[in-house]
Amino acid sequence: MRRRWLRLAGLVAAVVAVHLAAGWAGKPFYLTQLTMAGYYTLVAVGLSLLMGFAGQISMAHAAFFAIGGYVTAVLTTLDLSAGRGRGLAGLLERAGLLVAFRDAAGAGQLALHPWPAAVVAVALAAAVAVAIGVPVLRLKGHYLAMATLGFGTIVIAALVGTERLGAADGLTGVPPFPLAGGLVIGGGRDGRVANYYVAWGLVAAAMWLLGNLVESRVGRALRAIHGAEDAAASMGVDVGRYKLATFVISAALAALGGVGLTHLTGGIGPGEASVMKSVRYVAVVAVGGMGSLWGTLATSALLTFLSLRGTFGTYDDAVFAAILLVVMLFSPDGVLRADLRGAARALWARGRPRPDAEAP
Amino acid sequence: MTLALVLQYVVAGLTYGTIYAVVGVGFNIVYSATGIINFAQGEFVMLGGMTAVTLSAFLPLPVAIALAVLVTMAVGGLVEVAFIRWLHRPSVLRMIVITIGVSLVIREVALHLWGQQVRALPYFTGDEVSALDVGGARVSPQVLWSLGTCLLIVVALWYFFQRTALGRQMRACAQGREAAALCGVPTRNLVTLSFALSAGIGALAGCVVSPITYTSYGIGSGLAIKGFTVAVLGGLGNSFAAVGAGFVVGLLEALSVSLFPAAYKDVVSVGLLLAILFLRPAGLFGSRERARLEGA
Repeated sequence: MRRRWLRLAGLVAAVVAVHLAAGWAGKPFYLTQLTMAGYYTLVAVGLSLLMGFAGQISMAHAAFFAIGGYVTAVLTTLDLSAGRGRGLAGLLERAGLLVAFRDAAGAGQLALHPWPAAVVAVALAAAVAVAIGVPVLRLKGHYLAMATLGFGTIVIAALVGTERLGAADGLTGVPPFPLAGGLVIGGGRDGRVANYYVAWGLVAAAMWLLGNLVESRVGRALRAIHGAEDAAASMGVDVGRYKLATFVISAALAALGGVGLTHLTGGIGPGEASVMKSVRYVAVVAVGGMGSLWGTLATSALLTFLSLRGTFGTYDDAVFAAILLVVMLFSPDGVLRADLRGAARALWARGRPRPDAEAP
Repeated sequence: MTLALVLQYVVAGLTYGTIYAVVGVGFNIVYSATGIINFAQGEFVMLGGMTAVTLSAFLPLPVAIALAVLVTMAVGGLVEVAFIRWLHRPSVLRMIVITIGVSLVIREVALHLWGQQVRALPYFTGDEVSALDVGGARVSPQVLWSLGTCLLIVVALWYFFQRTALGRQMRACAQGREAAALCGVPTRNLVTLSFALSAGIGALAGCVVSPITYTSYGIGSGLAIKGFTVAVLGGLGNSFAAVGAGFVVGLLEALSVSLFPAAYKDVVSVGLLLAILFLRPAGLFGSRERARLEGA
């Protein structure tokens, strides 16, 4: 418990230190990419929970991210002024859930406030996760991987094939997200520092919640499942339900990341849903260590930032694929827990039976 | 819909069904030998087609295809030797991630070798417009080539698994690795062979259908999902049921195009996958893998 508070304090200190360092180095624009990295990190830590604690892999977290982004983009730009005072629009207006704004052409518009839009976006992603998870999570590992891979390709095909969603160009003109007390997600360069703190504040909140979860009764059940599924089941742990809950929570976090990034940048494109994006999240989790939320946080911030800066050039995807492969071959528990001597021995022995067999 | 039109959709469905069937059989060969779902299965189809296109620029077509199949088999075998053979009792999750990594590396290498361009082999006989008239539907001779090759692959595999000593050893290995090893079967080499074999049939199918379906660096993951759907529909580990299932999925997909927008074609097969997993995870034709399947 105390350790977690220390780590959270460390995270806050690191976030502040990076802010100061970026300002001191005269590169405040780094904060923009770090803000984006924050929203991608939300996806990664959720996936880390799923992979590390439920032993399942999702190839659709980019799709959940895109669901979050697209739903909020559609809802907050959908002009309801035609239905003013009547029906559902009137009801929403009386409830104070609508905001008036001017679109790019200067025309007055009335649309859903980002708060209810975000709630709908995250809830929808969670519902989709339930629909996929219920049939698949009773079965062994590769089924969720394949089903989510299939789901990811459906989402991207639907996004590219739907004119209303901007087809290959995606959606733009998404308004900023006024949170509370003058804090806003989005809104250009003036809000750079505020945006940075909002994004990483969200990450810190997610870490706190996930930390609570992992240390609770649920977390103990998840750890038992991770250790030995059959044993956990025989102790009365409802394995399927916990796996489903983990999957849904991580999908919801991914959607939240999508909501944040979409309001930050004012738009979203179908590229965010691509299978390669999903694989990047998996790679980040693999490097950081499955189930190691803090390791995932660190590697996600670093790798995503480097990738957004364009460090890897045209080999961007290849770098992530190679990292994924190398880590899973030589250090499946993440680079922080690398057992290089063991891996070298295994390579040397070419798979001859070893007495110190790793758990299946 | 006229009969001729229905027939036309059936022909299209059979063409795509061929490739799904072969990828599904490939999944089964590797799964039977190792219990691994090889996510790079679709990449072998791409690799075969692309290599053959490149080689056909300066070699006669049959030689180019034969070489492409051999090259892809070598890649398949190498993948096993380099990434899988030496791992000691890897977890399912680790194997999934590794084969996904392999598929992406192959894909990225293909992207840098061949670019994003869509390619195809020339038609084996005739050209794009030559067609046979079958009950009012126009059938390209290439469709017959595809179906014929699929049939050939199935017959050859059946002969190999049932009638040759090596094939029997592979079946023994699939039934029980320890027991097979105790009988002197070189199980490790057979696992490598299973990867090479599944890569080879994928590559051959990739060559034969490429004039119709085209090939590019990114087709692998889509094919992997379809092939997996097919393998599960037939019953995982039940090699020849996958062929029937492949044609079922191909036909459903082709008919769906007449009902829904083409963008939703993939929805059909993935929806089918989820439905099978929910209703009948052992597959339509059943499989002895059931216990293994539901052991989670």
